[in-house]
Amino acid sequence: MTNHWTDIKNADVVMVMGGNPAEAHPCGFKWVTEAKANNHARLIVVDPRFTRTAAVADLFVQIRPGTDIAFLSGVMNYLLSNDHVQREYVAAYTNAPFVVREQYAFDDGLFSGYDEGARSYDKASWAYELGPDGFAQVDPTLRHPRCVYQLLKRHVSRYTPEVVSRITGADPARFRQVCELVASTAAPDRVMTSLYALGWTQHTVGAQNIRAMAMIQLLLGNMGMPGGGVNALRGHSNIQGLTDLGVLSDLLPGYLTVPKETEPDWKRYVEVRALKPLRPGQMSYWQNYGKFFVSLQKAWWGDAATRENGFAYDYLPKLDRLYDILAVFELMHQGRVHGYVCQGFNPLASAPNRAKVTEALSKLEFLVVIDPLRTETSEFWKNAGPSNPVDPSRIRTEVFRLPSTCFAEEDGSLTNSSRWLQWHYKGAEPPGEARGDLGIVAGIFQRVRALYQKEGGKLPDPILKLTWPYLDPASPSPEEVAREYNGRALADLPDKANPGKTLAKRGDQLTTFGLLQDDGSTASGCWIYCGSYTDQNLMARRDPADPSGLGLAPGWAWAWPVNRRILYNVASTDPAGKPWDPRRPLVRWSGEQWVGADVPDYKPDVPPSAGMRPFILNPEGVGRLFGADKLVDGPFPEHYEPFESPLSADPLHRRPAARNNPAARIFPDDRAALGSPDEFPYAATTYRLTEHFHFWTKHARIPAVLQPEQFVEIGEALAREKGIRDGDRVRVRSRRGQLEAKALVTKRIQPLQVAGRVVHTVGVPIHWGFIGLTRPGYLANALTPVVGDANVQTPEFKAFLVNVEKV
Amino acid sequence: MALESLDVRRRSATETTSPSARSSVEVAKLIDVSRCIGCKACQAACMEWNDLRDRVGETRGTYQNPPDLSDQSWTLMRFREVELPGKGLAWIIVKDGCLHCADPGCLRACPAPGAVVQFSNGVVDFHEENCIGCGYCQAGCPFNIPRFGARDGKAYKCTLCSDRLAVGLEPACIKTCPTQCLSFGAKADMLRLAAGRVRELQGRGFEEARVYDPPGVSGTHVVYVLPHGDPALYGLPREAGISPLVTLWRSTFARGLGVVTMVSVLVAGFFHWMKVGPVDPDRRADRKEE
Repeated sequence: MTNHWTDIKNADVVMVMGGNPAEAHPCGFKWVTEAKANNHARLIVVDPRFTRTAAVADLFVQIRPGTDIAFLSGVMNYLLSNDHVQREYVAAYTNAPFVVREQYAFDDGLFSGYDEGARSYDKASWAYELGPDGFAQVDPTLRHPRCVYQLLKRHVSRYTPEVVSRITGADPARFRQVCELVASTAAPDRVMTSLYALGWTQHTVGAQNIRAMAMIQLLLGNMGMPGGGVNALRGHSNIQGLTDLGVLSDLLPGYLTVPKETEPDWKRYVEVRALKPLRPGQMSYWQNYGKFFVSLQKAWWGDAATRENGFAYDYLPKLDRLYDILAVFELMHQGRVHGYVCQGFNPLASAPNRAKVTEALSKLEFLVVIDPLRTETSEFWKNAGPSNPVDPSRIRTEVFRLPSTCFAEEDGSLTNSSRWLQWHYKGAEPPGEARGDLGIVAGIFQRVRALYQKEGGKLPDPILKLTWPYLDPASPSPEEVAREYNGRALADLPDKANPGKTLAKRGDQLTTFGLLQDDGSTASGCWIYCGSYTDQNLMARRDPADPSGLGLAPGWAWAWPVNRRILYNVASTDPAGKPWDPRRPLVRWSGEQWVGADVPDYKPDVPPSAGMRPFILNPEGVGRLFGADKLVDGPFPEHYEPFESPLSADPLHRRPAARNNPAARIFPDDRAALGSPDEFPYAATTYRLTEHFHFWTKHARIPAVLQPEQFVEIGEALAREKGIRDGDRVRVRSRRGQLEAKALVTKRIQPLQVAGRVVHTVGVPIHWGFIGLTRPGYLANALTPVVGDANVQTPEFKAFLVNVEKV
Repeated sequence: MALESLDVRRRSATETTSPSARSSVEVAKLIDVSRCIGCKACQAACMEWNDLRDRVGETRGTYQNPPDLSDQSWTLMRFREVELPGKGLAWIIVKDGCLHCADPGCLRACPAPGAVVQFSNGVVDFHEENCIGCGYCQAGCPFNIPRFGARDGKAYKCTLCSDRLAVGLEPACIKTCPTQCLSFGAKADMLRLAAGRVRELQGRGFEEARVYDPPGVSGTHVVYVLPHGDPALYGLPREAGISPLVTLWRSTFARGLGVVTMVSVLVAGFFHWMKVGPVDPDRRADRKEE
């Protein structure tokens, strides 16, 4: 979240699209009901289904799965062609005035630089025109034909209300009502918040879905404002912590990146990431990349990380390719993976194309499952009748189950969507042989290190020289690890402004990442968590006091970065440093420094007149309407059909290459497993229900009582056509697999008129499997395709094709 | 459930005077349907606190589970899809359970002394140890709430967590509700809150919004805010009242009629005995052997 849960209460308009918070985040949704009851907020829901969120919405619009960009581009077209933008904000705080290179082009769905054979873009032309001074050229009048403002206007002009309705199936009158309500927040004293979740990410255009909303929020001047922002509702405790700590194959802690095989030199590795300002006077905070990186290496390898050995840069693995979940299962399926460790992960249920995952797991030599529960993955080899029809005698994979603890059986911190690190305490002792994950991983590490000590190896240093300073090496405590993430001074840090004084003494826990150094004198395991565990554990704070009344509660737990509750909060002030909305003052320029209820997201002593812009991490200093080269599939979002689309013809482009996201990766066997609308005519989407949490709560009696049996949701019209009645058993098939479930016939999914034909949508809730206290069911991912977002490879679970028949 | 430290105001089938030395505030639960998201947290909390576990059932074409109230489910979210003329589709989700009537039909109908009690704060509670399982409370209830245990045949329903109230805690469902759809407090305060909500809803396009506190049972201690107004949309009776049969059954006339019947039977028996004489058990035994 750029903002935070409590902040939703400040919104005037709440836009829920790509999410279903009443259902999937009922506790956080309280802030939406607060905004409605006490701030007269209006709630808009745009979704392929009338959800429990829609049940309390002021305005609901049904769209076809996978058409969000068309809808949002239509909104942008409305805002730009009717001049419903916060002009002063757009001119000062976005890249609207920036002039783009002449070579940049967009034609019939493809941006300049496309290589069809490689299915990728050369992004060189997606850049600003640079002046002789090396800075980007701008036109403050926004009239230059190649300035971002004009390019964007042209780009979205194709998304007229008719085109939007033709692609998405949205009711034109309701689409217009949405546009009007959204446009009302262009006024400086009105704000809209955007709440989204996996309904946006689980698409081949996932990242661009979110960018489209970010652009709308920039045009409306809603970024940095209390009650505004683009807010990702994280669906998994502790998934925010997972990404923050870099538990992804291409990330290091604090959103630093794993070096590539082509980057053998650490100085060069840092240099290309420490971006220089693109405009005069800008902060470009990533210039400090080296400090964060070196401090991380010092946290991991201590004295063994020296300037001479490039701070142990060689100890880091270098990526030869992507190892996202789709790629790993592809490799496993090819028989190129020997062992697999699943820690807090149930891929048989959570990864696409269950049949492929079963085959892949069957080719492993060993599988280690670290989990508090009996997961489907750990019993993938066990025949459970039609819902897991495997032959155990043909599977040789050796499976090890290491029982771990639940969150309530251990101390530690969880990071929520609001970026709050909240410390919690053990509530019960773990049962039986269960051990905490720290203990399990430490145990494995101890044994691996002993083997390296005894037997040597090709490159033993990264293992042998890893720092392991814990009191009990076999079981590090959560406090010790939290202190390590925060970081400490390895030498006295001199205060350059006051000679003779120090900012921190050797051994002190650091209070802010502003103190991190690239000379090896500091260590920090995750720079953005620096300040969470100083001489006291700030994550354990529980002071609900909220002096500003804006819901900031700065003494409650600790938010990264530096306890800042709203990111980009200086954008809530005008270029003179005065709040746009005097009723909601977050920060302001006092005449001498930046002050306010929140921690200013800025250099504290730089006056507004200096022209430093509030998006300090960007080298431009401003928010990006034009994404430049940051995403692989284009500087502007563009509607592409899902890889499985119910339409046989592309409703927007003539070029075949532009039918689906041209930059999305798909493996040949997975492309061969895509279905066509002749055989699988219905659009399908998967989702969660309130009563269950993924595949966990079916192990508990109460949630099993509240939602006992698998079902699929079918609109009344389709049910009539197929002779299906409420409660009938139906078979849902995709090209990759099938499931059987009860039919839930509903008015909440209507047939849509799309591009001259009727499209029916079938809803497939997840949650059921062949283990647990609910009635046995099928894994929903038996149906889903293996193709992911072009940028981050999140699988397209939200838009695919099925057929339905009565059993 | 028994064992609370609350004063009893009324007790089923009992004539003795109720304690009245202390007075207490009338309480109420407010269910603001416009803030309900159907998450069933109230159902889960009810099961947790009261140690109830319904069976793992089946899906029957609705999100509503379990399908009905039972001795194991004292509260239930009911889901209803309704096309409203001019307003489009509404997915109406209502928390069902005992309304704790000020004039409880169950208490009036109950023939078992002390099986139904009303506390001075307005809560109506069943004391199952006194229940004879006759089912009259169900006949007496205008809202079809009491359900009977499969094993013990006794009547069960929401207690408004009288055991929690007695020690100054709010009901379990109130504590767990994430969206403040449920509020709890003095009834006067809840009515004020409800009136404010109705005004807000009317400003939002729900012109028919109203408070449901049916006078037919002298008001209830569970009060609803109904955004679309018409109680029938929410499965609630438009005119809630106690069946005239129950009134008749507990009336002086019915008691008089009972006494007359009893005396008549005695008189008739006496004359039968005079005329026919006593029954001879030996003769009966003979017949059996044949």
